Amino acid sequence: MSAGVPPYVRLANEIAAQFAHRSPADAATAIATHMKAVWDPRMKRALIDHVESGATDLDPAAALAARQLQASS
Amino acid sequence: MTLLKEPDFGTPARPGEATIELTVDGVPVKVPPGTSVMRAAKQAGVDVPKLCATDNLEAFGSCRLCVVEIDGVRGTPASCTTPVADGMVVRTQNERLGKLRRGVMELYISDHPLDCLTCSANGDCELQDMAGVTGLREVRYGSGVEAGANHMDLPTDSSNPYFDFEASKCIACSRCVRACDEVQGTLALTIEGRGFDSKVAAGAGVSFFDSDCVSCGACVQACPTATLQEKSVVELGMPTRTVLTTCAYCGVGCSFKAELRGDELVRMVPYKNGGANEGHSCVKGRFAFGYASHPDRVLEPMVRNTISEPWRKVSWEEAISFTARRLREIQAAHGQGSIGAITSSRTTNEEVYAVQKMVRAVFGNNNVDTCARVCHSPTGYGLKQTFGESAGTQDFRSVDESDVILLIGSNPTDAHPVFGSRMKQRIRQGAKLIVVDPRRIDLVRTPHVEAAYHLELRPGTNVAIVNALAHVVVTEGLVDRKFVASRCEDFAAWETFIAQPEHSPEAVSEISGVPAETIREAARLYATGGNAAIYYGLGVTEHSQGSTMVMGMANLAMATGNIGRPGVGVNPMRGQNNVQGSCDMGSFPHELPGYRHVSDDDVRSIYEHLWGTPILNEPGLRIPNMFDAAIDGSFRALFVQGEDIAQSDPNTQHVFAALGALDLLVVQDLFVNETAKFAHVLLPGTSFLEKDGTFTNAERRINRVRPIMAPRTGKQEWEIVCEIAQAMGYPMHYDSAAQIMDEIAMTTPTFMGVSFQKLDELGSIQWPCNVEHPEGTPIMHEDEFTRGKGRFMETVYVPTSERSTRRFPLILTTGRILSQYNVGAQTRRTANVAWHAEDVLEIHPHDAEVRGVSDGDLVALSSRVGRTELRATISDRMPVGVCYTTFHHPVSGANVVTTDNSDWATNCPEYKVTAVQVDLVPETVSADSALEPVVAGGNR
Repeated sequence: MSAGVPPYVRLANEIAAQFAHRSPADAATAIATHMKAVWDPRMKRALIDHVESGATDLDPAAALAARQLQASS
Repeated sequence: MTLLKEPDFGTPARPGEATIELTVDGVPVKVPPGTSVMRAAKQAGVDVPKLCATDNLEAFGSCRLCVVEIDGVRGTPASCTTPVADGMVVRTQNERLGKLRRGVMELYISDHPLDCLTCSANGDCELQDMAGVTGLREVRYGSGVEAGANHMDLPTDSSNPYFDFEASKCIACSRCVRACDEVQGTLALTIEGRGFDSKVAAGAGVSFFDSDCVSCGACVQACPTATLQEKSVVELGMPTRTVLTTCAYCGVGCSFKAELRGDELVRMVPYKNGGANEGHSCVKGRFAFGYASHPDRVLEPMVRNTISEPWRKVSWEEAISFTARRLREIQAAHGQGSIGAITSSRTTNEEVYAVQKMVRAVFGNNNVDTCARVCHSPTGYGLKQTFGESAGTQDFRSVDESDVILLIGSNPTDAHPVFGSRMKQRIRQGAKLIVVDPRRIDLVRTPHVEAAYHLELRPGTNVAIVNALAHVVVTEGLVDRKFVASRCEDFAAWETFIAQPEHSPEAVSEISGVPAETIREAARLYATGGNAAIYYGLGVTEHSQGSTMVMGMANLAMATGNIGRPGVGVNPMRGQNNVQGSCDMGSFPHELPGYRHVSDDDVRSIYEHLWGTPILNEPGLRIPNMFDAAIDGSFRALFVQGEDIAQSDPNTQHVFAALGALDLLVVQDLFVNETAKFAHVLLPGTSFLEKDGTFTNAERRINRVRPIMAPRTGKQEWEIVCEIAQAMGYPMHYDSAAQIMDEIAMTTPTFMGVSFQKLDELGSIQWPCNVEHPEGTPIMHEDEFTRGKGRFMETVYVPTSERSTRRFPLILTTGRILSQYNVGAQTRRTANVAWHAEDVLEIHPHDAEVRGVSDGDLVALSSRVGRTELRATISDRMPVGVCYTTFHHPVSGANVVTTDNSDWATNCPEYKVTAVQVDLVPETVSADSALEPVVAGGNR
């Protein structure tokens, strides 16, 4: 448990951990694809906003995925 | 015994072609080799008298009523134990045989009370029937005490809450003993003594209640007299009518004959032709139905403006208009996505379909989720990714052809007892068992069953173990290359991944605590032992890597070619009765019925056209997301159908905060459950005895649920949903549940051929049911996978963030117990509480000793998020460092301590790994404060 971390950030980091064995670009695509498939728009929006706010608590691949989501939205 | 007599062939059927031809009373008949003369006679339309024989038990040859004459055979052999032979000529009736049978019956009756008119089994007694069939008119030896030694003064054992053992009526036919052995597999009963002293006993000198008896009712079912009789029959009398329906407890989906007097349910009797249970039952389905008529049932709608106000009973019209008005007001104020619904796996397919339709067509969003979110959502995700279908691959019967059973995170003798019995029988026949579980569940070692390997892993290390098993398969040359090449894709990358040293048993041994050689031997057995089947439960899914583990098991099955035929496969043991169905019906927020994604324009257009309204193409909120959004303020109203999320979902404090933050909570349920304490509207639900619809069990079997009585609330649950939809301005109406199924069939390819009429004709149907498979599909992926090629997925082991520490040194894992079910809403309102009146904490003797805890002590169980108190049971079923409890009782509320960790892919909570501390609570603590859950931040 990471106290104080928003649930979508924690979940994004957990998803990123599953794809950590892939290259960052591949991992980001896989993470974004997964989020697009099963995440509610407000969670995706919150994650994008979180990245845009300059937060540093997000796995780099997850942050890259958030940017991919933003680009495709 | 039962009111609706199903044909009884006396002895079990034998497999194979009917190649043996014989003549019975002049009637020619052909049967497979090994068939008994008795069974052949029945097939020829000839009933041979019998008492000790019945066709779900092997022949015993004890009663001597079934004697026949066979040309060329000396004497009068018992037809039940005599196998047929080609050209055999059998006579079942003549004067000599009649005399012999009457002689036998005289002996039986001379030691049996002649109280037929006042006997509880009058009219439903095989002894009575046989007296008539054999033409017995007098008993030369007399009867009763005056005739000499007998058993008529033996005492009755009434210790079991549900049935009596009236020993004075026992004819020592051993049917109950054999049923306990051969059907249930518990071996709780025995014949004590020899000769005249022979009598049935439950263990050595103990009562039925204190014995190993699991109260499955198989003995009661088998008894040909009133010796073993349901108390309800003794109290109420013989039922007068029967309705076939489906059990509403676990995902086995047993078929039952509900036997009634008028509208009063007298007993539930397992149905021999039930596809899932074939005549067997467990204590819950067989006996624990009293909750449906419990005085706690809510039968009138209730409303209140705030949860601090008392409930106000209102008319249906007011409850529905209040609900509809508030939902629309909240949407107007907070947006279309501010409301949603949760469906239940305890309700029918039709009810779930109606709710998800209401959410999509009326609420205008996809905020619908089902309680499968917190149990088997990783199954849906993992099997869809790998096989292309979110469902188990086999029928239950398939296990009869398994040579190796890999049982992971599942305790079927407690959670799925009818299938557990079937699995036990197969193991006794010689199948090898591998158990992967931190606990030494009963199947690891029970009478005549011993697992070949028990991989006693540390909680949370499933993925590491399944990867290690696959590593052995790949590196030791055990891959079924032909299967993989022809049926699968992405194998090469996976093979490279899984062959890495980090997945070797030696490396995984350090992580999991399982010796490397044990992992290797188990992998070899699975890969080379013949038909190998995986069965798994919530001990797989309820982890932060649940979906990864499901994919890992699918990989293992594909790599060894164990998919697509009887005896193999990957099989989720579903917890609640309609987990499969609730998922099938489109109640996941990203999927329409039939697991089709909401972003698929073609699929959406089917429903948009039919429903006359656009459907959102983005996924909605999952249950944990709903809670988070409620606390954040963007989600303001929730409709919960038949689910007690306040007790069942993890991190109670978080759930309470979410429910408390809602502007409107509508609960549709049988009782004022823990969730209803936060509700503004309570809509009374229907019990399974009142429902009209279908349940889909763990083997994709769609079973009819037939109403045996009118809804006590006056309405089916789907009717109420439709009325809310209408009050919200959407024309939603069905004339019957059958009409809802017709709509499901019309719009869902896997259900294309399903209708109530067809279900009534066939009994049940396993989906997919379509043009190619008009009567259903017992085994999936036979020629190709649903997605075409089976896909290997790389399954990285990412340890859970939940770790034991000095402050929380133990790992708590949770599960079920035989006598209770889920949150106990039903079973706590039955006599099943006699077996499990409260949840207890099982703790290893070593862990108990260092804490000064003795058996039965009150202990405090605390985690990072909460604390509760419950009684300790010292047990070495767990390894040191692991403790265990159930979540059946709200008083102790196990989920007070479970965290909000969840599966990365599906948000399925990580119920199975919680770091905890256990402390002895001084007994001076007042009774008022004991056994009250405490969540972080204060008392509830």
